[in-house]
Amino acid sequence: MNGLNGTVFRLGWARGMIELRQSLTNAQDLWGHLFWPIGILVTLYFMRDTTLDVGGLQLGAMVLPSALGMSIAFNGLVGMGQLLAVEREDGTLLRAKATPGGMQGYLVGKVVTVAGGLLVSVAVLLIPGSFLVDGLAPGSVGAWLTLAWVLVLGLFATLPLGAAFGSLASSPRSLGWLMLPVMGMVAISGIFYPITSMPDWLQWVAQVFPIYWLGIGMRAALLPEAAVVVEIGESWRTLETVGVLGAWAVLGLVLAPILLRRMARRESGSSVAARREKAMLVVR
Amino acid sequence: MTTRGQTVLDVEGLRMRYGVNDVLHDVTFHARQGEVLTLLGPNGAGKTTTIEILEGFRMRSAGRVDVLGADPAHGDEQWRARLGVVLQSWRDHSKWRVRELLVHLGAYFTPYSTERIRRPWDADELLDTVGLTEHADKRIRMLSGGQRRRLDVAIGIVGCPELLFLDEPTAGMDPEARREFHDLIHRLTDSFETTILLTTHDLDEAEKLSDRILILAGGRIIADGSADELSRRIAGEAEVRWTRDGQRFVHTTTESTKFVYELFQQYGEAIDELEVRRASLEDTYMTLVRQAESGRTKVTARTLEEVTR
Repeated sequence: MNGLNGTVFRLGWARGMIELRQSLTNAQDLWGHLFWPIGILVTLYFMRDTTLDVGGLQLGAMVLPSALGMSIAFNGLVGMGQLLAVEREDGTLLRAKATPGGMQGYLVGKVVTVAGGLLVSVAVLLIPGSFLVDGLAPGSVGAWLTLAWVLVLGLFATLPLGAAFGSLASSPRSLGWLMLPVMGMVAISGIFYPITSMPDWLQWVAQVFPIYWLGIGMRAALLPEAAVVVEIGESWRTLETVGVLGAWAVLGLVLAPILLRRMARRESGSSVAARREKAMLVVR
Repeated sequence: MTTRGQTVLDVEGLRMRYGVNDVLHDVTFHARQGEVLTLLGPNGAGKTTTIEILEGFRMRSAGRVDVLGADPAHGDEQWRARLGVVLQSWRDHSKWRVRELLVHLGAYFTPYSTERIRRPWDADELLDTVGLTEHADKRIRMLSGGQRRRLDVAIGIVGCPELLFLDEPTAGMDPEARREFHDLIHRLTDSFETTILLTTHDLDEAEKLSDRILILAGGRIIADGSADELSRRIAGEAEVRWTRDGQRFVHTTTESTKFVYELFQQYGEAIDELEVRRASLEDTYMTLVRQAESGRTKVTARTLEEVTR
């Protein structure tokens, strides 16, 4: 995997767009894209009369941007991991390995597909959501810029880690356990309720992981300045956000190539066949 | 670049060991450009392992392997572009459309096009060649088993490989598709001088397609030669069939010519429907594999004896 050349990058991009189109035109995948955003929208609808004690802000106004942060983590960590595990089992990765430059093209394609899927989820959540919820302030250019960099940095912080998890998993089913810690992180990361209402020690735990920072980054982008009072230290903590997400990105970018290479090296016809046989046993 | 007659595949003393088990003991063979080699052998003989090592998908334990002038363990993308691989079964890209995937995968080979070999193969022409034109816009998961197999072959050759590995390529094909596949193999070797290494359990197919047959049993090559050469190795074992007075006779003998001469001397014109069949590839194969297996059992038995003593 040395040196990404132009042709391979272009092919990877084309591949990503083809697979994105496929996933948006087939009922099962489309449901996968829409399930979470719709669930959150329904939640927001029922929250519409709840107001926070501090700041006089609607709870929904806080949850919507936080949920955007959460979708980044879901798409990047779980989505990427799942795709890798599934496509390792069905032989897509081996096919890529048998093609010159195929592995690189495959990875570029996956990043494009996952990032594109994330943009769809964000739009589905943000556009109807802003009608459901009062008190968002997404009007300014600054707000959209913040949203953009949090999105991009968020992808860097989660996609490589997701790829690393995916290449460690022995099968798509064994990746199910990844969902649990991610849900746990969501619960303590101030996504559905301000983190300041959690016990101190739990706040510290949450601040180690990327989900809290994805949430606060999105809140910084979309909430009015007054809403900052519910945050830790009454600050949007932009520098800390860049620092922690950046650190996760570095960790992911160091680990992913090593683990992906190790995984790719082990792919062969018989390893794919063996995994399939195992999968058949599980199904039976 | 290779020219006709040049060695493209050179394997010497190849060994593969998993833990304490030797799967391949001492595999030695070579192939020249344009040759079709068939690897025969019972399940578990090490065929797939051998092919995977040559494809660069598996690291060997010992021995020298040279594939298109490079060690597959360190083959780069340039080297990869000159190989074609068709594995036993694929289930990938099920949401893609047939032509779409062929065009996409073919495009990876464009930078490796040379004066002599234009890459990739034109997708429409290739679809026509493997008989999938009418399914070009179908989703791959909608293809039947045989159609899927033909697509696998098409993907395997979309980069116009100089060396093609086929692992049981005709499994699941109906007789017509199988015949078309055989014609395709002949075309590849005749027009493009593609070297082909294939495995199959269909001995008829092996006899029809290969210039040389390798029989792998117990991790060793126990026979290497054309179908004719192999059957001559266990020659003598011929089957003579005839009828006399409306009655059928079958006799197996090592001296068929002499036997038939005596038969006519004895009965003259009463002999009818005479047939002399030299051992078929199937007979040859069964005999050689059985010999190899019993040989191995003897060795094991002897070792046991020595141990008990």
